[in-house]
Amino acid sequence: MKAVWIIAKKELRAYFTSPIAYVVMTVFLVLTGFFFYSLVWWFNAQSMQAAQNPYYAQQMNINLMVFGPLFNNMSIILLLVLPLLTMRLLAEEKKAGTEELLMTSPISVWRIIMGKYLASLLVVAAMLALTALPAVFTFLYGNPELAPILNGYLGLFLMAAAFLAVGLFFSSLTENQIVAAVLTFGALLLFWVLNWASGSASGFWSAVLNYVSFFPHFGNSTQGILDTTDLVYYASFAFFGLFLTHAVIQSRRWR
Amino acid sequence: MIAVENLVKRYGDLVAVNDLSFSVEEGRIWGLLGPNAAGKTTTMRILTGFLPASEGTAAVAGFDVFRDADKVKQIIGYLPEVPPLYPDQTVTEYLGFVADLKKVPSAKKKDAVARAVKATGLESVKGRLIKNISRGYRQRVGIAQALVHDPKVLILDEPTIGLDPAQIREIRSMIQSLKGERTIILSTHILAEVTQTCDGVVIVNEGRLKASGSLSDLTASVEHKDGVVLKVRGSAADAAAALRALPGVDKADLEADGLRVEWAPGADLRDDVARLVVEKGFGLLEMRPITMNIEDLYLKIVSGGVDQ
Repeated sequence: MKAVWIIAKKELRAYFTSPIAYVVMTVFLVLTGFFFYSLVWWFNAQSMQAAQNPYYAQQMNINLMVFGPLFNNMSIILLLVLPLLTMRLLAEEKKAGTEELLMTSPISVWRIIMGKYLASLLVVAAMLALTALPAVFTFLYGNPELAPILNGYLGLFLMAAAFLAVGLFFSSLTENQIVAAVLTFGALLLFWVLNWASGSASGFWSAVLNYVSFFPHFGNSTQGILDTTDLVYYASFAFFGLFLTHAVIQSRRWR
Repeated sequence: MIAVENLVKRYGDLVAVNDLSFSVEEGRIWGLLGPNAAGKTTTMRILTGFLPASEGTAAVAGFDVFRDADKVKQIIGYLPEVPPLYPDQTVTEYLGFVADLKKVPSAKKKDAVARAVKATGLESVKGRLIKNISRGYRQRVGIAQALVHDPKVLILDEPTIGLDPAQIREIRSMIQSLKGERTIILSTHILAEVTQTCDGVVIVNEGRLKASGSLSDLTASVEHKDGVVLKVRGSAADAAAALRALPGVDKADLEADGLRVEWAPGADLRDDVARLVVEKGFGLLEMRPITMNIEDLYLKIVSGGVDQ
């Protein structure tokens, strides 16, 4: 565990001594803030109308009308910015030759991978935690339910964990960071929309396409539903990504 | 201390290292000499556990580099061809990170870093970012990271490449000063590096072992041609013709550096040659012995002339 933390610490330092973490976090926070603002503004306008219509007023729900769509939007922004967090992790070590230092140290490949993965998870966790600030205001001026919001954050974090593992995998394939980022983005987007094709398939394959796609799983957590299927899905996605990363690094040595 | 036996490394169809065997005793500096693409880097990468060998074995301090990889990695300090540096770290930070990687206990880390900084003369730049220091200093940081965990074996891949002559001299004397308790292997394609810093040499070309042994043994083994190089005031061509007629002389030819006269080893014809040149009035200006040195050996080996 100590070895994992040594690597993670070095990666965290690298994130914050270069502009990457700041840029990614700022872009994410600005966009999230913008979506939050427009959703709250829209909810406000709806509330005004509902004030004249008691039946309609009962339908007003800040969790479903603000946080649900907000989490959906945040997940899309994550899809766009997370490849930028992972592209550097292994590609740069290879390009700079520092891979040779890591691989000739008495520390296993798994620990190196886990250290890098942990660092990227911590950056995402910090980034998500900062978006909680606007949510605090909805509690000051309204009465949203806490549990679905926490659930939404959990869903976002788990999805980000899966995204980061995919990004780490593509970073292990190349020494070019741009290539790693583009491949990650392409793969994530494909998995995001894979369920669109489920209509053209039938029976078993339709179910498979639905299961491997990100979208249906994430949809649940924005509605405040925490399903073990989704947990298993994210966990297996992350594990598979890390496993492939390990396989790529090991296999290159044997070529 | 280091034993390599029948080492083979293939990259697909390319054979980078072909049946290489050599050994290095404890406390020696040994040079791995060969032209570019001779398999030096590959050999070092196998020794450090970065690459697995296709066939054969290599052992460091009795531990197999493949089976006991973690133990070997702990007793080896390795400077790859490109120093593995993180430009955004300071020298001290970087060395601390490497000390952590090499499992130096936290309590000893500070001392270990200070010792490596001192040994490589980095005191004046230790607080600066690596990207802001000169190439010579970066090379020193590379050597410092190889030293930080006080390894018994140092493996240095082209430690002086790309440096200016003054820096090369500094690095060489630094390597000399590390000798003693450590066994050092350094690779180079520059012969002077071997003759100035090493006790022994392994000469490789195209992945094969061409010669190995201590420097004195190797030079002794090839000094089998005796002769002199002459400079004369008169006609060198006439002098050559006259010398060819002298009994015992195998060869007397005009070459770029003068008139080269050679005879079979053992015989010493210097008196005869000098007398002939003087008596016939060619005018003796200069006469110096030719000895085949390691440079000739090396050039012959890499051009395929000798196969030992």
